[in-house]
Formats: sequence, C-alpha cells, structure tokens
Amino acid sequence: MTGVAQTENELDGWQIVIGLEVHVELATNTKLFCGCANKFGAEPNTNTCPTCLGLPGSLPVINGTAIDYAMKLGRALHCTVNPAVFARKNYFYPDMPKDFQTTQYDQPTNAAGYLDPPTGGRVTIERAHIEEDTGKSTHIGGGGRISDAQYTLIDYNRAGVPLVEIVTEPCMHDAEHAKAYVSELRDVLLTIGVSDAKMEEGSMRVDANVSIRPAGSDELRTRCEVKNINSVRSLGRAINYEARRHLNLYNADDAPFQETRHWDENAGRTLPGRAKEDADDYRYFPEPDLVPLVPTADDIAAIDAAMPALPSDRREALAAAAGTEPSAAALAVERGLDPLALGAIEAGAPADSVMKHVNNNLADGPGKLEAAAFAKLITMETGGDLTSNQVKDVLVELVDNGGDPADIAAAKGFEAVDTGELESMLGAIIAESPDEWARYLDGDKKVQGFFVGKIMKATQGQADGKVVNQLMASKAKG
Amino acid sequence: MSGAGATAIEIAAGVRSGERSAREVLEQHLAAIEEREAEIHAFNLVLADEARARADEVDAAVAAGDDPGPLAGVPVALKDNLCTRGIPTTCSSRILEGWQPPYDATVVSALADSGAVFVGKTNLDEFAMGSSTENSAFGPTRNPLDTDRVPGGSSGGSAAAVAAGFSALSIGSDTGGSIRQPAAYCGLVGVKPTYGLVSRYGLIAFGSSLDQIGPFAHTVADAALTLDVISGHDPRDSTSVPAAPASISEALGAGVDGMRVGIVTELMGDAMDANCLDAVRSAAQALEAAGATVGEASIPAALYGLGAYYLIAPAEASSNLARYDGVRYGMRVDAANTGDMNEATRTGGFGDEVKRRIMLGTYALSAGYYDAYYGSAQKVRTLLIREFDAAYADYDILLSPTTPTTAFKFGAKADPVSMYLCDLATIPTNLTGHAAMSVPFGADADNMPIGVQLLAPALGEVPMFQAAEALEAAALSAGGAA
Amino acid sequence: MSDRISRADVSHVARLARLDIEESELDRFTEQLDAILEHAAALDALDLDGVPPMSHPLPLTNVFRVDEVVPSLDRDEVLSQAPAAEDGQFRVPPVLGESQ
Repeated sequence: MTGVAQTENELDGWQIVIGLEVHVELATNTKLFCGCANKFGAEPNTNTCPTCLGLPGSLPVINGTAIDYAMKLGRALHCTVNPAVFARKNYFYPDMPKDFQTTQYDQPTNAAGYLDPPTGGRVTIERAHIEEDTGKSTHIGGGGRISDAQYTLIDYNRAGVPLVEIVTEPCMHDAEHAKAYVSELRDVLLTIGVSDAKMEEGSMRVDANVSIRPAGSDELRTRCEVKNINSVRSLGRAINYEARRHLNLYNADDAPFQETRHWDENAGRTLPGRAKEDADDYRYFPEPDLVPLVPTADDIAAIDAAMPALPSDRREALAAAAGTEPSAAALAVERGLDPLALGAIEAGAPADSVMKHVNNNLADGPGKLEAAAFAKLITMETGGDLTSNQVKDVLVELVDNGGDPADIAAAKGFEAVDTGELESMLGAIIAESPDEWARYLDGDKKVQGFFVGKIMKATQGQADGKVVNQLMASKAKG
Repeated sequence: MSGAGATAIEIAAGVRSGERSAREVLEQHLAAIEEREAEIHAFNLVLADEARARADEVDAAVAAGDDPGPLAGVPVALKDNLCTRGIPTTCSSRILEGWQPPYDATVVSALADSGAVFVGKTNLDEFAMGSSTENSAFGPTRNPLDTDRVPGGSSGGSAAAVAAGFSALSIGSDTGGSIRQPAAYCGLVGVKPTYGLVSRYGLIAFGSSLDQIGPFAHTVADAALTLDVISGHDPRDSTSVPAAPASISEALGAGVDGMRVGIVTELMGDAMDANCLDAVRSAAQALEAAGATVGEASIPAALYGLGAYYLIAPAEASSNLARYDGVRYGMRVDAANTGDMNEATRTGGFGDEVKRRIMLGTYALSAGYYDAYYGSAQKVRTLLIREFDAAYADYDILLSPTTPTTAFKFGAKADPVSMYLCDLATIPTNLTGHAAMSVPFGADADNMPIGVQLLAPALGEVPMFQAAEALEAAALSAGGAA
Repeated sequence: MSDRISRADVSHVARLARLDIEESELDRFTEQLDAILEHAAALDALDLDGVPPMSHPLPLTNVFRVDEVVPSLDRDEVLSQAPAAEDGQFRVPPVLGESQ
C-alpha cells in the first residue's frame, strides 16, 4: 500500500496488531532459587548470596511459595496448569550473574488462558511462565542513557526475584483495549495477592509488541517490541506512536525492521534499542541443577477452591442481581462497592436506584455505610420521605459515621413535606402573587424559581423542588 | 603407602585415643611435601600454617575430652575446584587465579566437622577438563610412581597427593572418570558415588548432570569411611538424594558369598591393553574364589557412551562456564565496552582444551543442531540406563577395566580424541548416575599399577565396596601382582 | 576436511561464547572439533525413535524450599573479590557499542 494520503483518522485502512508481554514480580518473602530477601529498595548488593550471584559452585533450590503463586496466577487467568521443567536461556549480559537465565521454555507451568476486561474483548493468553529476574544496571555519565554511558554499575539485589511472564496472543487492535487489559490484569493480581503490581516500581513491567496490517487482512507483518513503558497511560501513547511510525514507513515505500525499541516518555517517541548482535540463539536446554515440577490434581483443586472472587466474577454477580450488563457494574466493582450494592438489592431496594447512587454518589467507596442502612435510605427516597438533596446529605453522614438513616434524618430535622400540604401552600402563594403566576402561565420559566423559593422558605428547605415543579405544572394545566 | 605409614582409620583412631598427636601426624606429611612436592607438583596451594593451627585445635579438643570426629587429625587434600572460604580456589585456571570464595562447599564443611586437617588444594586439569592434568594452567602434576608419567586426570593432583604420602586421603571430582582413572594410574582406591549421594554445593560445575565428588584412599576401608562422612542429603542441592544413605563402613567385612558378578563384554574389547584385560579376569577369579559367581553382561550401548558424553558434558560446560566474564570475580581484561571485556577476559583466561569444549558444547546446543547432537545424546543415556537395569536384574555388580592402559608418558596423547579414549570404560556410569570405583589389582611390566573397575546400580555402594574389599584382600595376598 | 563443522561454524560459536579465536588458530580448532564430532556421530547408528531424553539420573520431582529469609552474604566480602566496584556496586565498562 503506497502513497496513502494522511487523513485525520491516521490509521485509515490499516489495523494495529498488539501483543503484550507482562512481567510480574511475585511478592514472596524470598527469591526464586535462594533464601535472600525479596525486597524493593534495599542497599545495593545486600540481599545476595552465592546462588543469586551465580558464584562458582552455587546451586538453585526452588521457592515452593513462588510456584504456588504462579499456579494461582495461572488459574486466575483460566490457564491450564501443566507439569513444567526449568530451562537455561543462554546469553551474555552483565546484569545476569550466570550469563544464562533460568526460565521455562517448552514446558511452562501455565498455558492457554484468557482475561475479559470490563469493557469487553476477551484477551487470549498464550502462556504464563516462571523465570528469575536479572540484576539492575545503572549507566553513569551521558545522562543515564545506555548509549552515552562512561561506565555501568550493577546491583544484584533484584537478581533471582521470581517473575511470571504473561504473554498474550496478538489479539488486541487498539491502545484502549491494551490499556483495559493491563488495568484488569493488575486488578486480578491485587485481588489474588501474588504481587503489588506497581508499574512505577517495576513490579509489573509491560512490553508491547506492535505491528500494523492492512485492515481486513490476517497477515502478521514485522513487529517491534517496545520496552520502558512505566504507566498505563504511557502504554497507550507508545502503541499509538509506534503504529504511526510503521505507517509512515510503509507509506514511504519502506518498512520497519524487527527490533526492540525504547519508549521515551519525555520525547513521546520510541527510539532504537541496543544493537542486535548475532540473531539471539539462546541454546535452551533443560536446567540440570533442578528437577521437574509436577503439580497434582489435588494441588490445582486446592488453588481453585481458595481462589477469591475475581473482578470479572464480581461484575457478573452484581450485573445479574441488578438486571444489567457486566460493563455497567464495572465502576461499582472497581470502587469495592459491589458487596454493598448486592446487600441493598437483596434487602429489597430497587436495583436501578441502588446502581444510580453507587455510580454517582459513592466515589470514595462505602466507608461505614452498611447494606441495610443503604436499602432503608433508598426506600425513604422512593417513598418521598426525603428529597434528593436530603438523601445525599444523609448518605454522606452514613459513609462517614455509619448509623440509621431515619435517625440521621430526624437529627438533621429532615422531614419530607406532604404533597397535599405543598399543594395548599402553593395555592396560598399563588393567591398572594397573581402577577407572577400570570407570567408563569404565559410561559415565563424564569419566574418558576420565585415560587419554588417561596415554598422552600416556608418549609425551611424541606420541600422537594422537583415535586413543587410538578405541582405547578399540573396546576397550570388545569 | 604414605610417609606416615598409616591409613586414615589408623590415624583417626590414634588421635582420638590420644596415642598420637594430630600435629605430629601432620608434620610427617608436611615433611613428605617438603621433600617431593617440587618434583611432583600435586598442589596449587599448600596450607601448612592453616593445617598446623587446625591440627593443634584437634589435639586440644582431644585433651579436653571431646571427640573431634571420625577423621580426627587425618591430613586431607582437596581438589582445587572445591570452594574453600577465604582460600584461593582456582580450578587450575588463570581466569580464577586468586579468587577466594566467600563460602565453603558442603563436603568441605562435612570433612572439617569430622576432624580432618586440610593440607592443601590440589592441581587439576583446567576446570576438570582432561585426563592427565596436563591441561592445568599452572603446570602438570607428575605421577609419584614414575615422574615421566602422568598421574591421570582431571583429579591428578589429588591422586598424586595420596600416592606420594602428602596426605592420607584426598577428595576429587568425577565427571567422565576423573577420580577413577587417576586412582588406577596411581595405584589407589578411587570412588565415583551414585549421582546425588554427595552434595555438589560448592563444587565448581563442569557437567552438572554428570559431576560427582568422591574420595581417593590407599584402602577400601578408608574410602568407605570418607564416603560415609561426605555423603548425605543436602537441602542446598536440588539433585541430592533425599534419604539418608546406609553406612558403608558398617557393611564391610560381610564378604561376597553368593554375590553375582558380571564382566561387561563390550568393555573387554581390543581398545583395552592385554594387561588390563588380564587384571579383570584375575579379579573375577579372585571374587569367585571368595564365593561369588561370575558371568558375562552385555551393555551394547556402552560403546556409544563416549560419543554421548562428548556432546553432553561440553554442552553443560559451555553454559556453566559462561559466568566467567570478568564482571564479578576473577580475572578481568579491560576493554572499551563490556562485550569486548568479556571476550578479552575469556580468551586470555581459558586454555585451549576449555575453549575447545566450550565451542563444541555451544555448537551441540545451537539452533538447528540441538536435536541431532545434545537431544540425541540425552536419549542415549536413557538407552544406557535400560541396558544397565537389565544387566542388574542378573548381576549384583559388574566388572571392567578402569582404563585402556596404565599411566602414559607426558605428551603421549596430544591429540584430543586420543585423550578422550582414556575414559571409554568410566564414562558410562557418569551418564547413568550409577556408582563405580577403581581398585588396584596388579601391575604391568613396568610396575605401573592397573586398576579394575567395579560398577553397581544407583545406591549400590554397599555390595560394590564389599566386592572391592574382597579384591583388596586378594591383591594383598597375591603380593599385588596379577 | 570438515564434514561436520566448518570454519564459519567455529567462528560463529566462538562469537556466541565470547571467545576470540585468531585466524591462525581457526583451522586447528576446526579440525579438532570436526574429529570429535566425527566420533560423536557414531550415535547416528542407534535407533533412538521413541526413546525419551534423560536430563536427570535421578527420578526426583518437586524439590522445594520454604519461603523464609536466610542471612545474605556480607557485601564487603563479596565486593572484595570484584575486579572493580563503586558505591557498593559492581563496576563494568559501558554495556553497549559491541565491536562487531
């Protein structure tokens, strides 16, 4: 496709193809193959030992909890958990103490899973395997960038920390989908408690594989791997930039070549990464210092039995109770309001009112508000005992301090004003102000506030403004 | 026999009872070192001062009424690929020259806890790659029985140390025969235990699925005692046998009545010198005379062991030796960038044999060749195990020559392949992980010792040692001649 | 001369293994490696169909340790062995700019 004009929709005629590789640091006490502390932010090289330094003569021993966490992660992503074998991935890099990484190759622990983001679009997961992390390099001189450094310092505290690498199929086609996947993945990780998943600290690292193809085709063209993405927002920017870069190349009768690129958040673009040496031949072979992992059906059943309710489960449960779509329940679940909402619905409060309040008036979460009180408050609202402003007031009080809505309303002196009472009040005010009423009847909307104001004054603000308007409208009719 | 003229068992008994002082025993051995070490070069490092301090400690413990352990006061030499904290551990390579490990190998701790006195770190073929100790970066070791000949390898220094009376025991490592072959060449008992019986934690890795640590000794009983001390489950080694091993020492003396012994047909072919074959036949007769039955066992895959080994061992080594990159320890040759620094360091720091095996191993694992080379070799291991298992249905232990020849002269095997052929008989048990040992049985026309190899199934050390004991007794009563 | 491994192969694996083999040595190494591989080629005579590979002599599985912290090494002792160190870290020349 050549000479395609740049239209406002810059990828007109093309489709972005995105696959994500997410590395998750497991929050175990110790590293994957040794008993050194797995702790972020310690003094350099104070959490090291012969094994994670790769000293001559050292040997690895697997951390059982890391395997449990990895299997839990796999099951939360609906993967099949398989017998697995660790393998050596051989290449030279100074942050790798053994100049090979112990990882899983053709027999990974988890395979063939999926994740459903709240906004839809199932993301299929090819595998989620276990591997050890590398040390950390700091490049000195030249502004901290690799290419201009004078020398490099290495801290091996992170070497040997357990990672799970989650690889998706190239099944996402826009940045928003990719972002939704990463956000949902993060929520799952936090829910099951295997990682603190902080992109800014590096305990969750997202690399994006990006290519583009003519819309409607199913070919897979040259992709580039983009690294150094430190937030969900950056992920979106990086994907869009890279897709555009590929488009510009194709439009110029050129093409991208397969490489790893580095996202520069400040410049807002990807840059060529480190020079590729001889095509990486990692010479994988089974790790002779470790024996195979063979999980039993009982092991997996135990993990499934202990699995907490995942975000998708919670959205579905709330949607079913509220008679709505899971995507409509997403905000409530995100804010941890679903137990409250479910409880209120179960106690008889109308679902749409419950959801309306949950989505609009509880941005900071449930606080001390309990389901029974919530249900009672909504009943008072729909029964006309309180105005909508009064309801909001009571709600704030319930969130901050808990309690019973009727007691709070009484304490605040809130009483709904009887509709019949309002009607006679209105009649009296109309009698007092015939000119204003005439203007209202003429269609002057602005004078409406005059009457509402008078009634509010007469009822000390306890009249429901909406009801007053309705009464005026029906009186005007007839 | 050692200059002190005593076995390890005798020394320990004497020291524990207070009859002898550990210091006095040590001084005798140090005197032997003083006299002949310059000629033999068994050691990369003699630890005279440290040993004296340790011997004094042992004596003080005995005087205080404590028991220093079953190897109390026994001078022990350690192959220089075993990590000793604060003491240089070089693998006889320039790339680790001067490196002081910050930890002790598990077997080193076990020996120290048993009262042993370490006299030094012994010379080896660089990174344990070789069969003559001619590949050491620090010069060869000479066979104490004939200094024009090699002591064998890779644990040549450990073998020489015991043969020359520098120590009563020594520890080596065996990946393709590196304990058994030097033991045969130097007239000693040398044992490669069942894989996993002895912890590899702290043994600088060469071929991880093949390496095992084992003892050199003058007598079967000494070797049994040493193996008892150093074997056992180690939680730091994932490939360590979980169950506590049965005591070998306590099983000695049972004899071989009714034991079924099989001579391995394929290892009795014309690759072997006539005198080595004769020694095996004599050994078989001796066992028969002691009550065993002897037959023939066929292990056709045994002839393919060399081919499989020279793909698997270098492959694992190429990966194990990648860490020697000048970054964290050892030699560094500086350069403008890390990649060049890695290359300059490794090129300058490794000898030819090491480079050869690294390249070979890299090739055997490389894309497109894995299945044909490394992958196939791992299948041959399975075949070998099946054939050995079948043989062990009919026999309790097997018999073969340890080596095709007796100790050869320096420079006689300059061609790498001719050197590799030394390991023909020893390699199969590294591939299977089974137990094997070499016992001296007779000598050749030049009075160089011949070793006979005993093979046993995994964790079959007890019957193997019992048979070894019977051979030892027969060799003694025959005056040592076949 | 070299049926099983060529000069180019040797050059390639040397690079992969961070070894600089000089031109003058390349022929010698190639010849030696070829001879060894020739010997290893004997394996071709075996029927290995359906034979599973064996990575471990022992039939062990599921060997784990408990997730409890044990003391780490003393940093000074470790760094005392480093060819170059600074600020508690290992120091190396710049990582990029391969000579090839």
